[in-house]
Amino acid sequence: MKRFLSAVLFFVVLLFLWQAFFRAKIWSSVLLPSPLQVANYLKGAIEDGTLGHATVITMRRLLIGYFIGIVVGLPLGLLIARWNLLRDTLGTTALGLQTLPSVCWVPLALLWFGQTEAAMLFVVVMGTLWSVIIATETGVRNVPPIYRRAALTMGSKRLHIWLKVILPASLPFIVSGMKQGWAFAWRSLMAAEIFVTILTGFGLGQLLHYGRELSAMDQVIAIMLVIVVIGLLADKIFFSPIEKFLHRRWGTSQA
Amino acid sequence: MRRLAARSSSASQELKVIAPSKLAIDNVSKSFQSASGTVLALDHVSLQVDEGEFVCLVGASGCGKTTLLNIIAGLEKPDSGNVLADGKPITSPGRDRLVMFQEPALFPWLDVFGNVLFGLKLKPNLTNKDRRDVAKYYLELVGLTRFERANIHELSGGMKQRVALARALAPNPRVLLMDEPFAALDALTREQLYGDLQRIWEERKKTIVFVTHNVREAACLGERVLLFSPHPGRIQEEFAVDLPRPRDINSVDLAGYATKIIRSLRKFSEERREDGR
Ligand SMILES: Nc1ncnc2c1ncn2[C@@H]1O[C@H](COP(=O)(O)OP(=O)(O)OP(=O)(O)O)[C@@H](O)[C@H]1O
Ligand SMILES: [Mg+2]
Repeated sequence: MKRFLSAVLFFVVLLFLWQAFFRAKIWSSVLLPSPLQVANYLKGAIEDGTLGHATVITMRRLLIGYFIGIVVGLPLGLLIARWNLLRDTLGTTALGLQTLPSVCWVPLALLWFGQTEAAMLFVVVMGTLWSVIIATETGVRNVPPIYRRAALTMGSKRLHIWLKVILPASLPFIVSGMKQGWAFAWRSLMAAEIFVTILTGFGLGQLLHYGRELSAMDQVIAIMLVIVVIGLLADKIFFSPIEKFLHRRWGTSQA
Repeated sequence: MRRLAARSSSASQELKVIAPSKLAIDNVSKSFQSASGTVLALDHVSLQVDEGEFVCLVGASGCGKTTLLNIIAGLEKPDSGNVLADGKPITSPGRDRLVMFQEPALFPWLDVFGNVLFGLKLKPNLTNKDRRDVAKYYLELVGLTRFERANIHELSGGMKQRVALARALAPNPRVLLMDEPFAALDALTREQLYGDLQRIWEERKKTIVFVTHNVREAACLGERVLLFSPHPGRIQEEFAVDLPRPRDINSVDLAGYATKIIRSLRKFSEERREDGR
């Protein structure tokens, strides 16, 4: 409760400072709108549905692409860890592509798929996939062999060992890979949406882009806030509970 | 005596005491290649373990005790020689022969109950309720009922070893292979576990092969104590311990046996030194 209150206090102070800077008129109000103007834009955008619509479009791209990235990446990571031939080929490829900033996929996606949803999905998948593959492979290779041996003596065989021993044993690695993949996917999707108009739907990135075109700073700041909040929510709702569970089980942190 | 919860009939079927196995290790050799050359871990080792016998292996570090257990478990193949359980060759691991490993081998992603349940889930012809009942029975047997939902890292070293024991006992194996299970524990906890293990051995009728560095421990637990010599690993001498149970690690009779064994151990290491090793 005390922590919650101090957090609230912190943000209230932040708002006051913002308002104070606005009042001081150091910058023109075109460049620094007041908190109220931003709130007004948000209210209008929520009421006329622009914001909700854009959020749904963006989240749909993100979630579908992310899901595909994980569903493809996880088994590939396991396979790469299992077979040396795959490790030397696909594993090396994944390692290389993971170092590529995922925004760099945007031009290629646009040339291949045009200004379509497929291009957006492709960018998100590329952002997710390599991180998940690498993390899964690393996780599997870090499983102490004793777990496998113990499972063998208890009658566990191939597929059962993979699903019930190797996979859960490498979960801490896999989850951190998934988190990294999420961050990469989210960033590259925003970049892609700001870069190009996708005719099939206006996402948050496009709203940000048009805010700039119109020099509507209240819109730019408002959308940035929304993007920050979505990022925070994803962390608090999805990743944080999983990480807490892992920490509790493995005893890796006292938090 | 412990009072155990009422169980369904199929679960009590599963908890029935089953016949322990007889082990025959015949002329087994095993060597390892490593960076520093070839190590002959076992050199023509032969050993019989009767049904329901409690045998202790004692020997210096690196003389091949773990290797021998791994071979009996089926986790490792000998280079030559035969290993038989009840007359049948051991070719792969099986839940007839369960192992308490020298290193911690409990699964950190499962809680205590989940760990004990792991092997049971792999046994066909049991309902989930049976499996839970059986797991509860063994947790009670090792005195950890209160901790069934605890995470592994929350347990003390002694409690972890108890969980490992419950996990190894739960699928009702015929043979229990124990690799220095109590080495890292304090004397008091260890004494308690000696009592527990002797009681469980008598109640559950298992063939037990128990590896240890501790000569007193060996004399306290084993009906026979086998002395291993290193480089190459061989069985050098055998002692029968003829004392009534439950045995107390601190008893005077036991000390007599321990002294005898230690004297032999010393003799071997001195002979080796004189050989220029
Ligand atoms: N996988 C392996 N690769 C290479 N050498 C091995 C391997 N396993 C065992 N050895 C060697 O075989 C010998 C016997 O090892 P083992 O683990 O059976 O000894 P131990 O009697 O159990 O020793 P300790 O009492 O220290 O546990 C040692 O010299 C060891 O270096
Ligand atoms: Mg050993």
